[in-house]
Amino acid sequence: MSPLKISWKSIWSKPLSSALNIMLIAFGTGILTILLLASTQISDKLENNSKDIDLVVGAKGSPLQLILSSIYYIDFPTGNIPLKEAQELARSPFVKKAVPLALGDNYNGVRIVGTDRNFVGIYKLKVKEGKFWQNDFETTIGTSVAENLKLKIGDTFYGAHGLTGSTDVHKTHAYKVAGILAPQGNVTDNLILTNISSVWKMHDHEEEKAHNHDEKSEAPEIENKEITSLLIQYRSPMSVVMFPRMVNESTNMQAASPAQESTRLFSLIGVGVDTLQWFAVLIMFIAAISVFVNLYNSLKERSYDLAIMRTLGASRGKLFLIVIAEGIMLTLAGTIIGIVLGHLALQFIGSNQESSQARLSGLIFLGEEAYLFVAGLAIGIFAAIIPAVQAYRSNISKILSKN
Amino acid sequence: MIALNAVSHNYQNGHKIGFKDWQVDDGSQWLLLGASGSGKTTLLHILTGILKPQQGSVIIDGTSIYDLSSKDLDQFRGRNIGIIFQRPHLIKSLSIKENLVMAQSFANLPTDLNRVKEVLTSLGIADKKNAYPSELSHGQLQRVSIARAVINRPTLLIADEPTSSLDDKNAAAVLELLIDQSGINQATLIVATHDKRVKDAFTNTYELS
Ligand SMILES: Nc1ncnc2c1ncn2[C@@H]1O[C@H](COP(=O)(O)OP(=O)(O)OP(=O)(O)O)[C@@H](O)[C@H]1O
Ligand SMILES: [Mg+2]
Repeated sequence: MSPLKISWKSIWSKPLSSALNIMLIAFGTGILTILLLASTQISDKLENNSKDIDLVVGAKGSPLQLILSSIYYIDFPTGNIPLKEAQELARSPFVKKAVPLALGDNYNGVRIVGTDRNFVGIYKLKVKEGKFWQNDFETTIGTSVAENLKLKIGDTFYGAHGLTGSTDVHKTHAYKVAGILAPQGNVTDNLILTNISSVWKMHDHEEEKAHNHDEKSEAPEIENKEITSLLIQYRSPMSVVMFPRMVNESTNMQAASPAQESTRLFSLIGVGVDTLQWFAVLIMFIAAISVFVNLYNSLKERSYDLAIMRTLGASRGKLFLIVIAEGIMLTLAGTIIGIVLGHLALQFIGSNQESSQARLSGLIFLGEEAYLFVAGLAIGIFAAIIPAVQAYRSNISKILSKN
Repeated sequence: MIALNAVSHNYQNGHKIGFKDWQVDDGSQWLLLGASGSGKTTLLHILTGILKPQQGSVIIDGTSIYDLSSKDLDQFRGRNIGIIFQRPHLIKSLSIKENLVMAQSFANLPTDLNRVKEVLTSLGIADKKNAYPSELSHGQLQRVSIARAVINRPTLLIADEPTSSLDDKNAAAVLELLIDQSGINQATLIVATHDKRVKDAFTNTYELS
């Protein structure tokens, strides 16, 4: 009959108050777990999608909006930029790789992105089936798109104007699925990729041409063409200092850094996370007090028990251990249940999420969760230390003679 | 052998009780008599190492118990002294068996379920082994507390008014069990009481004035 077993039995002998304490701790830990998992996953996703892109150049407007629309594909673009100017920037010595994007259409809410082969390079894309888009109106679709919209190679579909909605359908040309991407774990899973001239052609119905457009050719009709934005990978770290300033000062376009804007975005979300975090900490604190009151009250009833244990040979240290172990067991049980519940809840939230763009998963475990254990342990010790010290110090002769 | 040498105790409020010297031979059975408030409980606490007296020494089997460290004294008590209180007090969250096993493990002795069974059988409550204290009658609980006191085969068995809350029949039975158990376990027995029903059973008496 070890001291730990005595603590354990004591917890079970008052199931209601023990359950209440465990629930409080579990609730607080659960919220903290969800916050921890969700915020890490969101920031990971933000980073994953902009990993190899150093800068986005687009029409003047909100830089955050430019990043949201051209990196995460979740907001409206800021406007268009002239292809000619974009091509000049692309040839700048600061630039290693430049990827043009032409947005504006969707199919069942999935964005159709007109771009060139550099897009494949910058996102390191691979096809699972079929091939990359080549001719006009050929598309390569993300793995989630194929899954969700049940599209196969050879299927055709009509794009609709706008980023969502299908009221204004471009019936003149049908897109054809030429390939399906392997799962990439970023936004490209949810995009339909095609070449830029397809997007242009959708919009100039009268100017239909039989031959292919090469977006890099200097054909005269390119003079007044426009694209949405340009993704840029720098040639050297020096570009960081020079290039954005050059774009912002000497052209009519703006340059926005995905890293900077993601950080800014995350710090905006962070305010909400902070509030919830304090709420969870408050719950944990209340739980700690509840465990303390529980132990303190039961210690009054148990002082005679503990004195009897001393007469049976238990040392002061053992009594201390029995009381503190009871507190730690309660809070650790709460912590473990809370972490498990947090994961389950997040998995549930993830499975009910509309957009698979930012789907959260409860099946990812983080090293930081160890801190939650440490916190549970600390709360247990904090709540039990005073009762334990009292058990240690108690005058058993006095307790026993007050029979 | 137990020896009480020049012991006196001052309570913090200034109340002072002196005890005359006392030699208790191994295996002898003693009655500790005294009016209410004369200091019986105080003396038993001093004898069992629960209350350190201001003056004097207590020697049990050659060990001056108040010269031991707190931890060693607890250990010594667990191994060598069995105590029975006026009211039986068991740990409510543990079964009868577990209460006895707990006494073995606090004395740092290995768990011995045969011994548990043997003691409970000799006290006639073997069938209550897996019951919880709340399921037993007062008289049965007093037997369990005797079982707990003798489980580690102590050299000294001490009872503080073990019969005062029991009716005549139970009081006689408990007294008989105490005398029996001290005989079976070859333990010295000291019973403090002001219960007249107990007096006839003992030859040795130590009186407090
Ligand atoms: N903690 C204490 N502080 C001060 N005085 C005490 C304390 N405990 C006991 N006393 C006093 O010491 C004296 C002896 O008390 P004790 O409990 O030993 O008597 P007793 O002989 O066991 O009495 P009873 O037969 O009623 O149990 C009493 O006068 C009591 O008032
Ligand atoms: Mg008394």
